[in-house]
Amino acid sequence: MTRRTETDLNQDRGLGVRWNGRAWNYVAVLFSIVVALALPQFVYPALALDILLWGLFAVAVDLLLGYGGLLSFGHAAYWGAGAYGAAIVSHNLRIPFPLAALCGVVVAALLALPIGYLSIRRRGIYFAMVTLAFAQMVFYLFNEARAITGGENGLQGVPRILPGLNLDASISFYYAALPFVLVGMWFAYRVVHSPFGRVLVSIRDNEARAQALGYPTHRYKLIAFVLSAGLAGLAGALFSLGHGFASLDQVHWTTSGLVVLMTILGGIGTLWGSLLGAALVLLLRDWLSAFTDAYGVITGAIFIVVVLNFRRGLWPRLRELLSPRRHSEKI
Amino acid sequence: MEPSFLLLQLFNGLVNGAFYALLSLGLAVIFGMLRVVNFAHGALYMLGAFAAYLLLQELQIGFWLSLILAPVAIGVLGMMLERTLIRRLYNLDPLYNFLLTFGLTLLIQDAMRLRFGLQGQPYPAPSQLAGATFLGTFAYPTYRLFVIVFSLVICVAVYYVIERTRVGMVVRAATEKPQLTRALGINVDRWVTPVFGFGVALAAIGGVLAAPMRNVEPLMGSEIIILTFAVVVIGGLGSILGAIVAGFLVGVLASLGSVFFPPATDALAFVLMAVILLVRPAGLFGSEVR
Repeated sequence: MTRRTETDLNQDRGLGVRWNGRAWNYVAVLFSIVVALALPQFVYPALALDILLWGLFAVAVDLLLGYGGLLSFGHAAYWGAGAYGAAIVSHNLRIPFPLAALCGVVVAALLALPIGYLSIRRRGIYFAMVTLAFAQMVFYLFNEARAITGGENGLQGVPRILPGLNLDASISFYYAALPFVLVGMWFAYRVVHSPFGRVLVSIRDNEARAQALGYPTHRYKLIAFVLSAGLAGLAGALFSLGHGFASLDQVHWTTSGLVVLMTILGGIGTLWGSLLGAALVLLLRDWLSAFTDAYGVITGAIFIVVVLNFRRGLWPRLRELLSPRRHSEKI
Repeated sequence: MEPSFLLLQLFNGLVNGAFYALLSLGLAVIFGMLRVVNFAHGALYMLGAFAAYLLLQELQIGFWLSLILAPVAIGVLGMMLERTLIRRLYNLDPLYNFLLTFGLTLLIQDAMRLRFGLQGQPYPAPSQLAGATFLGTFAYPTYRLFVIVFSLVICVAVYYVIERTRVGMVVRAATEKPQLTRALGINVDRWVTPVFGFGVALAAIGGVLAAPMRNVEPLMGSEIIILTFAVVVIGGLGSILGAIVAGFLVGVLASLGSVFFPPATDALAFVLMAVILLVRPAGLFGSEVR
């Protein structure tokens, strides 16, 4: 046979590797683990930890937005619930930090259950507004429950404990938290690439058809919502443990907005992109903080530019640049 | 519990409701015509208050003239935003404009913080409305009574314009069936910018009204906008009547609720929203199912 199909050509290119999605993912996994391990060498440990945790937070939002088609504008509630949950438990019971983080995850997921149940009754722009409003309710409740949450002062001096190891230095906590973040990312990846994830995508693309095929779409969306909230809770829990405090800022709607910005900047529906978006926003803010304290102006301006000009995100662009023949997936 | 105390709370609720109604009315008008949920509505409300404050400080222009000038100025600003930014995203999912206006909110709020600081600026109530009015069993600040009445007048006027005039007819037609309205030869696009400016002006009126009651400060719109979203979900997004009724309803219920269960005052609007989502997801006056 003389004529070769396009697939054959693609297989011949490069080092004989089928340069498909799977290979890409292996490269991305290896690359990001190496970057994650080396990160504290390049930026100071607290910023490295922030990049890691906001990255996981953005992945959680992307799980819901990119694969379920649901833009939650209230994920600060779960990030904050995780943060406060872990901080309170760690403060009062002085248990090892992985257990405290687990408590944060459980608190966030439990909070997401009723809110998700109500919110998924609407979709699109309504879903964004409803989740935002419920997150504000959570904000008020956290502010009001001063006896437990410290109200406007938040909770300070949250200990991080791991028997046999001294985690006082930020850099040691960075490496202690890294495995849990990686597990969180792996979990998100597994969810997205499971049969459950496929159904989720089909609901995003055409809910009526998914329903007609017999899938209980509401249940799928609710599970996705709770899983996403749990991941956000894990990130939030590690954040409060790592920084030693939980504050109302973490529950405020600006936090919800910031994480959505990271997700979109990275590219909706590309888990890796979310990491990239988080890193970029945080590095940019850190760099600019040397010149100005106008965080809101900067974040707002980035937001406007991204929405107007970079809606598709960086990760899809990057993939296009690196392998020009590959048609990027439509989002 | 004394009945006059409950009555007092009822009036406080009506005052809060007056602001919710003005803001959600503006949101509803804009959403109906443009399919844009304007996150920056709270920031523009804040700019309305600042406009009144600056008119007084810099030009010695008093409350009454500001009540006209400030909304016009902020309305024009709104039209400029629509022309330069919001317009570019019309043929995309409404979520993108929601995000764009969210970015605008951050930018506007922080720019105002840099210029004026977070300290609240005082703004005097007009002298004609100083003092209190005796209402049978209790005295109530005259200015607050004015806020209730003025907001109601605006709401009724807007309702009248939308329901009874030719412009309102175009807006309603474009809200329900934009393509069909175009097909009937009506230039819908011509009305888009003015309607946006008008909705923004309503927010600015709220801001001017709030200036003598609340401190004029850069974050004054950041809480009320979220409450307004809850109001809009309760009333049914895009419904004019729903926005007005839900606005006053939420104000009154939250205020009366605070008498019986004080810690939950702030959360009550959201509880009401949760109930509405359970019972009638489209909102009180909403027509669409989802």
